[in-house]
Amino acid sequence: MEGRRYRQRTSEGMKPGGAPSWSFGASDSERIEEILNNLLYESNARCALLVDRTGQLVTTVGEQPEFDSAAFASLTAADFSANDQLAALIGEEEFNSLFHQGRRESMYLADVGKRLILVVLFNQQTTLGLVRIKIKDAVEGLNRAFEEVFGRAEGEESPALERGFVDEAEDEIDRLFRE
Amino acid sequence: MSMINYASREINCKIVYYGPGLGGKTTNLEYIYNKVAPSTRGKLISLATETERTLFFDFLPVDLGTIRGFKTRFHLYTVPGQVYYNASRKLILKGVDGVVFVADSQIERLDANIESMHNLYENLAEYGYDLRQIPFVIQYNKRDLPNVSNVEELERHLNPDRVPAYEGVATKGVGVFDTLKAVAKLVIKSLG
Repeated sequence: MEGRRYRQRTSEGMKPGGAPSWSFGASDSERIEEILNNLLYESNARCALLVDRTGQLVTTVGEQPEFDSAAFASLTAADFSANDQLAALIGEEEFNSLFHQGRRESMYLADVGKRLILVVLFNQQTTLGLVRIKIKDAVEGLNRAFEEVFGRAEGEESPALERGFVDEAEDEIDRLFRE
Repeated sequence: MSMINYASREINCKIVYYGPGLGGKTTNLEYIYNKVAPSTRGKLISLATETERTLFFDFLPVDLGTIRGFKTRFHLYTVPGQVYYNASRKLILKGVDGVVFVADSQIERLDANIESMHNLYENLAEYGYDLRQIPFVIQYNKRDLPNVSNVEELERHLNPDRVPAYEGVATKGVGVFDTLKAVAKLVIKSLG
């Protein structure tokens, strides 16, 4: 079970000695991946990525992307955040989805529970209309799944990192960051 | 908000370089990008204007390798320093694990440093974060210029809590790794 856990401190965290966290186990992970796989199958899209609002990649399903996924995740979060601010400026509460159209490749981004962003990459083998409809269903499923995850996160102890992690990481920092 | 992903056994930590415009934040990242082994870093992404002023952020992922079974990575970000880019600056602080304040040591930039430090406190407070509880280091940059304030004066204005502070000449790499090592170790300690 431990091998499938996922932990994240919430934005309300950052308090010393025990930031709130959430995690999901094997069954949550399977449920989320099933929703994403189903979305790809039904929409004929190539790849789905879940990114958190701070710019970190949570999971990828479908064709494994050949691009730099760390950069992609950080830009996705920035894109979504910038558009949130634009929405506020024109008096909208939010833009809960964004669409970027390219000549061959396009991407559709949708908010999941205000904490995650679902990104779907697709090409001319499908249509925007189909992708949009199927993403709506998937987002509903993901929202339900994550509501449970977040709901039980409060008060749950996060598994500790192995003893010796800090010392070893510090040695690596000295080795990596030198002239 | 370090992300520990027990499914893929990854730890990602977000470090943000903050400070007034033209203080040397991007120069710090460029130096790191050029000096660390290419196999340990990703692309340096810069969202900048045509005149190379940071518009939204710079981003550089640096890989520490696998530590006790966890692939450990630092995500380094800069923010745009100019006062009127505050909306973008605030967005980048979301989920920050560690902060580097890059101060411009020139006498005429003292007020800009102070204003930027206040802005950092304010923006963090809006997310419910307290800078005194976050790994935080300061770099006094541009020490090679003739018209600089002395370090004691900068400390008095910018570092009342006496967090670790380093003198730097980012264009030549002086102090860049000392600063990064200090904040990275503080972030790692906060995980343990």
